[in-house]
Amino acid sequence: MNSANAQAKYPGRLSGQESLGKSIVKHGALYLMIVPGLLYFIIFKYLPMFGLVIAFEDYKPYKGIFGSEWVGFAHFERLFSEPMFLTILFNTLTLFFLNLIFCFPVPILLALMLNEVRQHRFKRVIQTLVYIPHFMSWVIIVSISFVLLSMDRGLINELLVAAGFDKVNFLMNPDWMRPTYILQIIWRESGWGTIIFLAAMASIDPEQYEAARLDGAGRFRQIWHITLPSIRSVIVVLLLLKIGDVLEVGFEHIFLLLNAMNREVGEVFDTYVYVAGLQQGQFSYSAAVGFFKSVVGLILVMAANWLSKKFGEEGIY
Amino acid sequence: MKSSVMATQGERWFSRVNALVLILVALLCLFPFYYVFIVSFASPAEVRQSVLLLFPKQWTADAYRYLFSTSAFPRATGVSLFLAIVGTACSLVITSMLSYGLSRKRLKGRRVLLLMILLTTLFNPGIIPGYLVVRDLGMINSVWSLIIPVLTSGWYVLLMKGFFDSIPAALEEAALIDGCNDFGVWYRIVLPLSLSSLAAFGLFYAVAYWNTFFTAVLYINEPEKWPLQILLQNMLIDSSTALGGVTDSALQDVPSQSKKMAAIIVSTVPILLVYPFLQKHFAKGAMVGSVKE
Repeated sequence: MNSANAQAKYPGRLSGQESLGKSIVKHGALYLMIVPGLLYFIIFKYLPMFGLVIAFEDYKPYKGIFGSEWVGFAHFERLFSEPMFLTILFNTLTLFFLNLIFCFPVPILLALMLNEVRQHRFKRVIQTLVYIPHFMSWVIIVSISFVLLSMDRGLINELLVAAGFDKVNFLMNPDWMRPTYILQIIWRESGWGTIIFLAAMASIDPEQYEAARLDGAGRFRQIWHITLPSIRSVIVVLLLLKIGDVLEVGFEHIFLLLNAMNREVGEVFDTYVYVAGLQQGQFSYSAAVGFFKSVVGLILVMAANWLSKKFGEEGIY
Repeated sequence: MKSSVMATQGERWFSRVNALVLILVALLCLFPFYYVFIVSFASPAEVRQSVLLLFPKQWTADAYRYLFSTSAFPRATGVSLFLAIVGTACSLVITSMLSYGLSRKRLKGRRVLLLMILLTTLFNPGIIPGYLVVRDLGMINSVWSLIIPVLTSGWYVLLMKGFFDSIPAALEEAALIDGCNDFGVWYRIVLPLSLSSLAAFGLFYAVAYWNTFFTAVLYINEPEKWPLQILLQNMLIDSSTALGGVTDSALQDVPSQSKKMAAIIVSTVPILLVYPFLQKHFAKGAMVGSVKE
């Protein structure tokens, strides 16, 4: 039975002309199948959005969301007058810019190098190896760094001593928090980050390289004049998306790096929300801080997306 | 003529240097894992004496024996395995049913529902409101709080829906007309066609569940219910690394450094085991992974 027959026999069945009620009767199972997933989004995504009203209340758990007193923007006013606000804003922006300067270019460089490898098997082996750290949790990445950097028989300090230097307290010294953070990101994400650039490079027409070679261009000039311009749009989009995520510096990662000594340079919005909300029980205030962060984040993502469309590249939304 | 000879010589050097640097990069990526692995198996004497231990003369699994004779470590490993197996199964069922439904034109209102899901990827209300929902559902300190609040995500639903979109409706029409219901069509026709894609999503879910940390920090306060990653973090902070419950006196001598390294290896190995399968699906995986964690 072909589909034209089906149309004739069951008018409207596949053309989407019927009413919602009829459609549910006919395809009940299909509607049932999406119920658990929709419930998930309602309960765990939309209910919390509604729960944000506590940012404007003096929420008391025993009074509930509906019984707590309305305080308007009091928590936001408190946030902007806290000296801590400037600290966490500064810390967030610092980590973001360090990330942009040091972590962003590494996968591009690595992808350019991988793209120049002519032996496919060698290339695949290297790719396989450099992707591995991405699948390790931050706990593992930070744990391994801890045992390597520890004062107590950590490899790096043992090597420093053997070379005649003093031990360095990498984990407790606040000056080392940011470099550690950056190096860990480079270690975990650089290999994985090459994928998207390598995919863009794979679509370059080999004839372009052929022509350049005939004109006597060496490998560096080919990279500069052919490869880089071809992945320019990918770089621009990723850069803009990254800027849209400026406030997302990685809760899990930073949470694991923070200790009593480096809190001053490492505290960011998410960790501040965690401490104020879940450890000190200031639910309303910390919800307000989180709300502020989410709204700024939303605006930045939209702006980044709009900009990348302006540049003639496809946005994500 | 001369310039082309020079060019090829230059090319050769370029390739060599390039390959050498790449090998170094790959080694740098792996060396920490290798070093941790070696120290976890080295004898206590060697761990205490040598500066840079690259290959132990004496191998011992005492650190592992120590970990698994404690009560906390096997329990935490069990919690993480439970999450990786049960959580992945639940996530795949929920995500694929929802994505399938949303990919079918015969589902009314799919545009609105898709928009609703897209919105959740744009705006994240933050830690506290989510915590309050989980608390009000009475899930604090339940192992389900590590699965249910992260069952699926807008990104995964949209990606999987994109995949189901590519399965032509014509394939299902015959079955629908023969009286098979939509669930049967999904189960008998669509799922078998999507196995490789499901495997990719499954592996990514499994890695995420095995790596569960953040949700456990928020929702689990009782040490008996900790997943492995939380226990590992606590072992790292607590320099004594005494987990208790060890009666074998021969194991008391294991250096704390080796215990930590052995714990890291145990939490790493399952991922390395599924890694070759993960890798098969990198094309899809890159899509999933590079868009959003």
